[in-house]
Amino acid sequence: MSGAVGREPVFPTRQSLGLMKSKLKGAETGHSLLKRKSEALTKRFREITRRIDEAKRKMGRVMQIAAFSLAEVSYAVGGDIGYQVQESAKQARFRVRAKQENVSGVFLPQFESYTQDGVNDFALTGLGKGGQQIQRCRETYARAVETLVELASLQTAFLILDEVIKVVNRRVLTKSSEHVIIPRTENTIKYINSELDELDREEFYRLKKVSGKKQRDNAAADAEILAARKKAEAEEAAGGVVAAEPETADILGEQEDNDVIF
Amino acid sequence: MASAATYKDRQLLAVIGDEDSVTGLLLAGIGHVTEGADAQRNFLVVDAKTETSQIEQAFQNFTQERKDIAVLLINQHIAERIRHSVDSFADPFPAVLEIPSKDHPYDPEKDSVLKRVRRLFGE
Repeated sequence: MSGAVGREPVFPTRQSLGLMKSKLKGAETGHSLLKRKSEALTKRFREITRRIDEAKRKMGRVMQIAAFSLAEVSYAVGGDIGYQVQESAKQARFRVRAKQENVSGVFLPQFESYTQDGVNDFALTGLGKGGQQIQRCRETYARAVETLVELASLQTAFLILDEVIKVVNRRVLTKSSEHVIIPRTENTIKYINSELDELDREEFYRLKKVSGKKQRDNAAADAEILAARKKAEAEEAAGGVVAAEPETADILGEQEDNDVIF
Repeated sequence: MASAATYKDRQLLAVIGDEDSVTGLLLAGIGHVTEGADAQRNFLVVDAKTETSQIEQAFQNFTQERKDIAVLLINQHIAERIRHSVDSFADPFPAVLEIPSKDHPYDPEKDSVLKRVRRLFGE
């Protein structure tokens, strides 16, 4: 795999090694953050899914009870009140307001139901008969609608989370820091390290060579001096008389001077 | 992403359903009629005679045009008639909720959201 992703086109210097190292660290941090975000969202998502399932079942029961209480009303009133109810509906008493909840930087709306006081469109409904049943029916339906609102907020959160998780997972994958950037950077670091080691070895070898040559030169120089000294001693011992009467050189005499070579 | 502006004004619930469901929900107090000349109701009563195109139009009106509806309740057997529109509606607002009616018990198999749930978990 390391061969497939290649490496960055950099010069193998210590500076770029430092750059690459910080880049690797950044990529790893970023990747793990994204992954953690995705995991947190997925966890939340599963929880919401489970709660949707529960709420849907609950809704089935609640709506059944509500329908039953409506049947009670029709029985008590002795006729259809549908038309009357539809005509008298004017202002919504039962409203929702949306709140926000923050999950890993994703805003999930949450509906909250509330009833607006002082609005009652059905003051006259069931005035003749069945008023009590109608009152009970209204309460039952209000509870049912509360369940529905709860379910609606779960569902909205579900839809939004679904979308966000898709985006985040796509980023985790397509950014593919895991499969491209991180190995690539690692490769580059390896390459730079090996090149630097190579340079180190070369340098070491060169220094060794230099010092070896110096030693050889020194040894040779020592030997020469030693030899010259020995020769001088031997000459001294052999020609003591000669040495006693050293030939005084006539410096002003006709003599070939040695050429001075620098 | 849902910004505050998109759902700040959404306070109402809307309903498309048969007469009993609508009556019950209106009794709970969700009914709202806008003031002014072009009074708009936030509910639609569907019976056997109602045209599918009318339901479709109401659905579009509640989901696309009106900006004050937070939750749209629709009877499942009616959603079944405009299944394509319900399934293709994917926006978070308003939340479209399929509810059972008196004559048609709730079938989780048909719910567009539960369908997505199942598809996601590969069941």
